[in-house]
Amino acid sequence: MTPDPTTPAAPAAAPDLLYTAAEDELRAAVRALLDDRASDHAAALARAEAGGPHDPALWRTLAAGIGAAGLLVPEKLGGQGASHREAAVVLEELGRSVTRLPYLTSSVLATEALLGCDTDRPAVAALLGSLAAGTAVAVLAVPLTLGPGSPPPAAVRDTGGALDGSVTAVADAAGADVLLVPADTGLYAVPAAAVTITPQTPLDLTRPLARVTFREAYGELLAGPATAPAVLERALRTGAGLLASEQLGLAEWCLAETVRHVRGRHQFNRPIGSFQALKHRLAQLWLEIAGARAAARNAADALATGAPDTDLAVAVAQAACSRAAVHAAEECVQLHGGIGMTWEHPAHLYLKRAKADALALGTAGHHRTRVAALAGLPGPQA
Amino acid sequence: MSARPTGPAAGSHGPDATAAAASASPAELRRRTEEFLAAHPPADTGRTDFLRARFDAGLAWVHYPEGLGGLGAPRALQAVVDTALEAAGAPDNDPRRIGIGLGMAAPTLLAYGTEEQKRRFLRPLWVGEEVWCQLFSEPGAGSDLAALGTRAVREEATGDWIVDGQKVWTSSAHVARWAILVARTDPALPKHQGITYFLCDMTDPGVEVRPLRQITGEAEFNEVFLTGVRIPDAHRLGAVGQGWEVARTTLMNERVSIGGMRLPREGGMIAPVAALWRERPELRTHALHERLLELWVDAEVARLTAERLRQQLAAGRPGPEGSGMKLSFARLNQEISGLEVELRGEEGLLYDDWTMRRPDLVDFTGRGAGYRYLRSKGNSIEGGTSEILLNIVAERVLGLPAEPRDDKDLPWKDLAR
Ligand SMILES: Cc1cc2nc3c(=O)[nH]c(=O)nc-3n(C[C@H](O)[C@H](O)[C@H](O)COP(=O)(O)OP(=O)(O)OC[C@H]3O[C@@H](n4cnc5c(N)ncnc54)[C@H](O)[C@@H]3O)c2cc1C
Repeated sequence: MTPDPTTPAAPAAAPDLLYTAAEDELRAAVRALLDDRASDHAAALARAEAGGPHDPALWRTLAAGIGAAGLLVPEKLGGQGASHREAAVVLEELGRSVTRLPYLTSSVLATEALLGCDTDRPAVAALLGSLAAGTAVAVLAVPLTLGPGSPPPAAVRDTGGALDGSVTAVADAAGADVLLVPADTGLYAVPAAAVTITPQTPLDLTRPLARVTFREAYGELLAGPATAPAVLERALRTGAGLLASEQLGLAEWCLAETVRHVRGRHQFNRPIGSFQALKHRLAQLWLEIAGARAAARNAADALATGAPDTDLAVAVAQAACSRAAVHAAEECVQLHGGIGMTWEHPAHLYLKRAKADALALGTAGHHRTRVAALAGLPGPQA
Repeated sequence: MSARPTGPAAGSHGPDATAAAASASPAELRRRTEEFLAAHPPADTGRTDFLRARFDAGLAWVHYPEGLGGLGAPRALQAVVDTALEAAGAPDNDPRRIGIGLGMAAPTLLAYGTEEQKRRFLRPLWVGEEVWCQLFSEPGAGSDLAALGTRAVREEATGDWIVDGQKVWTSSAHVARWAILVARTDPALPKHQGITYFLCDMTDPGVEVRPLRQITGEAEFNEVFLTGVRIPDAHRLGAVGQGWEVARTTLMNERVSIGGMRLPREGGMIAPVAALWRERPELRTHALHERLLELWVDAEVARLTAERLRQQLAAGRPGPEGSGMKLSFARLNQEISGLEVELRGEEGLLYDDWTMRRPDLVDFTGRGAGYRYLRSKGNSIEGGTSEILLNIVAERVLGLPAEPRDDKDLPWKDLAR
């Protein structure tokens, strides 16, 4: 299952869209941990409102105890040498519990960026090793909305050896130790202590955002101007492909929770779940989620095997999963009625995460535009 | 007094062939297929002879039992056989013509038929020498099939059944040699209990087939009048009064038969639209582009979902996704063909041919965009409407409660109609 990054376009074998026994085991371990330590939504919400960072003890257990942070990192660099398929399973579980942990940002996006750099260089290898071990958190200093296939951002400039500029909507910047910054002269690693991180109020309370300001900040060059764009693209593509699994997990929780609710809630002397109008809506949602699962698995498998159609698989998964997750969360709020509008009920956390995820790493519209290019279906002007 | 040899556990996907699974590995099947091809070179063998021999070699549907066209092998291994045969240019048993036989009559016969019935019917069915049709729906009983009123009365002296009634929307009745038929054998019982399942000879006196012209101009389906039709008791499938249970096996198979279909990327209804889009840049608009991309993505997702279902079946873990595939494809076919008509602009106002014909197969791709648009409206009606399928997903997959109903315990003869 371990992908070999040196062999790109493997022959187009049929994708494996199921879960392996090892993936099922990993899921069980992650779910047990999150059920035990992250199922108290009220506590998590209070913590987020207080503006504190993620729960470091929980992060250590997931990252190092279960080894989830190093799934994408080869063993010789201190990781688990697993693949995107396993990382996707972790993200499904994190989506299911909307847990506030820097997994997508540090263990996927930043890790994948570092894997795209020259891993023989001690600076790259050392940072990768500490991300894999969960002893450091790194995030890409780009707006969370940046999708694959976008022009590289030009917010940070190299002014004679030091970096200047500012980036907004950087996810998980607040708890990060290192920022990976695409600047005009390449990709740099900058210690968090060397920059100003100003928290922003996020729509999605479970994924904190911040403005990161670089003022004569010194960093270590990880990739020069020739390779940095490809490194960033690799990170964004992987991030988008795996975000689909987080969206899938989120959607599944919303459906399961809504079904549970409508079976138990009585109005008009019947369970509301026996009304056909609601049954049809939930059956439609189930169909959409079945599609999202196939698309998310396909993207994870394509990333893992280096399939030649990975770009298309990612774009299709993002287009399908963004919609399914938002639809599921919106139905969850609506079919819970007044309860669904309350701060106490966790439905709003899921809605906020779903909507923010729909913007993250490219909207569904952005990814459909990618499909147009990749599948040869140009618009009117072309 | 159960007359059911294998029972409905065979369910919607035919028999579970776990026991004999070991007898056929992919390599073993490839070898058998090569051997078969060597003995029956497609170039020198007539179509019917080739298909008969293929059935007898157990390479027709490998998951069926030995002697009945199969080898008791896992269903997934059929692909190994099909690929090798296709590569050798072998004739196929075009499922468009014999879809009802293959997808519905066969699995029901396998689950409920006597040995004699299976041996008599399965081979000509598979080869396509005998086309089947489905005499289920009636003017007063469509979605509510269990309300059907066609009567079958047993003749004391002979044990034969005498059938009277009217069926409707019967696809292919005009080319069918046999029919699966449900009829009421006890009107005093509640509607689900008084039904019995029969195999009806369409050439018998008393069977009258009248074309029913449809929305597309042609007559693919028919009205069928049954007047004093005599059916021997040997052509009863399952026990007397067990018809509803048997019919459910047929219906489940009808609904999932599409789920097992394997399409390439951009296969199916999206293919002609995507091709047209590429060939005719002058037709493109921004609004149509948005819709095309959404539908292209939806079609790809439906394809992947079907592929995932297939993999689940192959891994022996049948998932509930199958019941959803018919819903997805019905919606997609309708939206995509609707888009295609609009995309064609002025040409979209034209239709290829309104001639009243009685086609012997359903041909979506051989006709124009207008035909596809109109014919696909049937996809959400035939084989269970989308509304009924959504009820099934909601109740059987999601476990939502059934709506209260008062028709289950009343004798059929006392129901409102
Ligand atoms: C092209 C085509 C081919 C066909 N071929 C055959 C064939 O070969 N053999 C055969 O036996 N039949 C065949 N049929 C018939 C088909 O199975 C029936 O038309 C179908 O089951 C619906 O029944 P109905 O037409 O009586 O509609 P009705 O049952 O009267 O339904 C009308 C509308 O009400 C809705 N409705 C009904 N009950 C409910 C409910 N409980 N909840 C919500 N909505 C409901 C339906 O979804 C539909 O929209 C064919 C139909 C078509 C269109």
